[in-house]
Amino acid sequence: MAQIIEMPKLSDTMTVGTLVKWLKKEGDVVKSGTMLAEVETDKATMELECFFDGTLLKIFSPAGSQVAVGAPLCAVGKPGETVPTTATAAAAAAPAPVAKAAPAPAPAPAAAPAPAPAASAAPVAAAASTSSSDRVRITPLARKLANEHQLAPASIQGSGPSGRIVRADVLAAAANPGARRSSASLPTGSVFAKGPIQEDRAVAVSTMRGVIAKRLLESKTQIPHFYLEVEVDAAPLLTLRQQLNASLEAEGVKLSVNDFILKACAEALRRVPAVNASWEGSQIRYHGAAHVSFAVAIEDGLITPVVRDAHAKSIFAISSEAKSLGRLAKDKKLKPEQFTGGTFCVSNLGMMGVDRFSAIINPPNAAILAVGATVTKPVVDGDRIVVGQRMSLTLSCDHRVVDGAVGATFLAALRDVLQKPALLLI
Amino acid sequence: MPLITYREAIRHALSEELDRDPNVVIMGEEVAQFNGAYKVTEGLLAKYGPKRIVDTPISEAGFIGAGIGASMLGVRPVMELMFWSFYSVAFDQILNNAANVRYMSGGQINCPIVIRGPANGGTNVGATHSHTPENVLANHPGVKVVVPATAYDAKGLLKSAIRDNDPVFFLENTILYGEKGEVPEGEYTIPLGVADIKRPGTDLSIITYGRSVLHSLAAAERLAAEHKISVEVVDLRSIRPLDVDTVLASVARTHRVLIVEEQKPFASVGAQLAFTIQREAFDELDAPIHRVTTVDAPAIYSPPVEVEQLPNPNRIYAEALKVLA
Amino acid sequence: MSTKSTANSATKTQEGAKGPSDPRQAPINARLTPAEKIELYRTMVRIRRFEERSLRSYQAKKIGGFLHLYIGQEAVAVGCCSLMGANDHVITAYRDHGHAIAVGMDTKPLMAELYGKVTGCSKGKGGSMHYFDPSRNFWGGHGIVGGQIPLGTGLAYALKYKGLKGAAMAFMGDGAVNQGAVHEAYNLAALWDLPVIFVIENNGYSMGTSQARSSAGDLARRAEGYQMAWGVCNGHDVYEVRSVMNEFLQRAREQSKPAVVEIKTYRYRGHSVADPDRTYRDKSEIEEYQRTKDPINVYRTSLIADKIFDDAAAEQIDTEARAEADVAADFAEASPFPTPDDIQKDVYWETDNPSQRTSSGRLFFT
Repeated sequence: MAQIIEMPKLSDTMTVGTLVKWLKKEGDVVKSGTMLAEVETDKATMELECFFDGTLLKIFSPAGSQVAVGAPLCAVGKPGETVPTTATAAAAAAPAPVAKAAPAPAPAPAAAPAPAPAASAAPVAAAASTSSSDRVRITPLARKLANEHQLAPASIQGSGPSGRIVRADVLAAAANPGARRSSASLPTGSVFAKGPIQEDRAVAVSTMRGVIAKRLLESKTQIPHFYLEVEVDAAPLLTLRQQLNASLEAEGVKLSVNDFILKACAEALRRVPAVNASWEGSQIRYHGAAHVSFAVAIEDGLITPVVRDAHAKSIFAISSEAKSLGRLAKDKKLKPEQFTGGTFCVSNLGMMGVDRFSAIINPPNAAILAVGATVTKPVVDGDRIVVGQRMSLTLSCDHRVVDGAVGATFLAALRDVLQKPALLLI
Repeated sequence: MPLITYREAIRHALSEELDRDPNVVIMGEEVAQFNGAYKVTEGLLAKYGPKRIVDTPISEAGFIGAGIGASMLGVRPVMELMFWSFYSVAFDQILNNAANVRYMSGGQINCPIVIRGPANGGTNVGATHSHTPENVLANHPGVKVVVPATAYDAKGLLKSAIRDNDPVFFLENTILYGEKGEVPEGEYTIPLGVADIKRPGTDLSIITYGRSVLHSLAAAERLAAEHKISVEVVDLRSIRPLDVDTVLASVARTHRVLIVEEQKPFASVGAQLAFTIQREAFDELDAPIHRVTTVDAPAIYSPPVEVEQLPNPNRIYAEALKVLA
Repeated sequence: MSTKSTANSATKTQEGAKGPSDPRQAPINARLTPAEKIELYRTMVRIRRFEERSLRSYQAKKIGGFLHLYIGQEAVAVGCCSLMGANDHVITAYRDHGHAIAVGMDTKPLMAELYGKVTGCSKGKGGSMHYFDPSRNFWGGHGIVGGQIPLGTGLAYALKYKGLKGAAMAFMGDGAVNQGAVHEAYNLAALWDLPVIFVIENNGYSMGTSQARSSAGDLARRAEGYQMAWGVCNGHDVYEVRSVMNEFLQRAREQSKPAVVEIKTYRYRGHSVADPDRTYRDKSEIEEYQRTKDPINVYRTSLIADKIFDDAAAEQIDTEARAEADVAADFAEASPFPTPDDIQKDVYWETDNPSQRTSSGRLFFT
């Protein structure tokens, strides 16, 4: 069996050698100690020494080639002996020779350009990541103690440098719940408390707050807003919701009024797609899909997670998705794709007891719907005054995209589906 | 108990170990006839003769290397460096040979040598003579590093160091040589790697060693008097092995840490300590760990300014208040 | 202008001692039995075959780092170490394979050490440059040029301190003579009358720089500055190495006197096998030495002429040495590597002997 001589490791750092020249040719008799070739390493040009007696049967790597350490260079054996082909020899010894002239492979083109998120597509609170000024400053020991006392660090007033919460603060808060930070929980102190309503202080603007401020200022000053308002009879919706929740409780279904509104908006956008649009300076873009976002209040700001393709989803799917997005938003764990790319936005302060309000458009949307509370009040039904359940809806429109009539048509469609909520189950 | 100086305590340790073990030899520049550059070895030549107390030429690489070679054959040399600052001319011997020979021989060879001498600033001798290399030394696995602060500790630790089968580097302090402390007569040893709480307290742990222990105790008195702050002063005594348990227990009591060291700050002993504390007592910390070190520059000569470059009670006092803010 | 040591100064000592005209007839050699003479030959051949085999393993990526081969210098280590008595000690630099085999270390753990195996003589922790065997009075195996010379001086100090009649041989290359630590050691040895022989194995090149380009004056003659005895001898003749070294060793053992001995020799391979070998010398220079002064060939010719053995016996020794080297390589190959758990063993005596530990506290850090 012929001996395969491989590219030796000739230095401590060598991985590839250049075969400078062969000192022997095929057919030459060689013996242990014969120098077969010159090999250039990263440190020097060295001689390749033969460790066997025999005949140089085959040269695999011509002069000038670069060969990886361990790859076959030549075969030495008895004359006439079968020599493995280069290919099999190479296969037996990885790595394979490296062709000298082979250029470094060009970097493969990226499969597809990464979708560059348009800056304008970012919702108000694009930066959900917490900056250092967002986070509660608390020492490791105080954090451990707060956990033991089941106190949220955000509810504790810190007395250390830069408001850092230290052990003493946690112990004080545990002993006296009134000492907790007022901003994060309802005040529980005496009605007649004499102290200041809060500590005089300047708080650095967080990244999120900065984004909110910038984008809403731009929106309110650069977009010609106008407002349309309707009142909706919410009684059929509330009745249907109650029936569904009661019947489907076992299935884990719990629809909120907001779920109906999101679904209704998607349906109204389908009927009046002119509202599902964006101003882009020299053009107006009309969106084929209704990606309905909704504002969620979170610590120190708000964010607008997006129910994507809401027009194609059932109310149950929307409900479950909105719940999950809301939870992620509160935990500040939304991924960018979950809070960007909305085409229409809903802001609902009904649950906070607000009767009606008008919202600032969330660019690049063309409109935003502000939802007030469902209020029990006297309404005229034909010629009678009856007890009604009324909900106020206010649409803020970008007049560059949506004119009054279009906005009115949209609101009419929205009222229609909300007042015939069975349509939302189709 | 008799009050003796730190210098005398070291001398007593040397003398007792010379009596105990005939393999113990004292070698160094001016240790014999001159009676010691700082009089640590005063009188030993007269008592033990030139075979046991050996003057060397000014030739640190040569005589330290020879001591290491002799220790491999079972002699127990106690080498004096007139200043630890001179370790740099024997660096290869100390940290390539003494530190590595056991490892590179697969555990076949031991190197029971002690190298001792002063390592401190504060005496206006300039940058070349003011090095405190305990961090550099302790960075080498295989060696042990001891820095005693008091006469009592110096004697007990040196006796343990001489009996140790690994190379021990013993860093003294020229300013402490004249400090008196209570030292019992007769035999006692202090194991390496046992820290000593020099002052108990509840509000702040000062982790320190060497002369900085004395400064820290002075600062602690003032903090107690002026601010009713109870400071615990932990004297490490030994840098490697390091008594991590005592440090962590102190942190668990006080929750606040100030490290005081006569070290340049970059990669100092304190840097290692701070890492260990945050890693192993993170949940005990009620404030960031602070440090008082030598101000980061070569040692300045100017006598009044050198005082400010080194840790001193005022600097420790001020930094302690910051930890407690 | 610096010159190479002249042949005229060979074996001169400060006291003017003369070397033997025919080293073969020197008493230390004349009293060798034929078997002992053959053993010297065998050891030289074993060193060469071991190293040739190690080179093959290095090139097959079995061995990491550096590999400083002793090939061409075998008569020096074999000649010197053959003179060792019970209280004589050896320390050398990183070209240490020859000395290790010459003091009697088994080639299997030596090869396994090169392979980084746990069965290596240093458990795979030292590598080629760091062989040790204190049970054979062999103290390494040191990587820094000249750094071992103070240690060797300390070995001699310990011998003298303990009152043992022995000597330390501290080997170094010709490149080491310019290191400060070497001169500090010379001074201490002369000052304190230590029984140490500083052996300069002068192979002509400190790495790739010739003696003429690196060292002023005669290498061994520098001893005169310390009023130390010195000598020069040829290193291709094992008899001459033995006869010259024996004089200095006897003097060291009996009178506790140091000396510097320069032994002229030659290495066939690069400084390390990875280093270029044609930038500073011609191939013809190597071939000329191999042809005329190869220590194994010279000794073999002499033994055959003296009818100590014949060609067949020499071939037999060679075959056995090759087989031994193969066995060593097989042993190394089959041996396990140390485990990550072994990394922190053999660092401190105390952690390796926990029941006898007197200190407490943490010795290893994360």
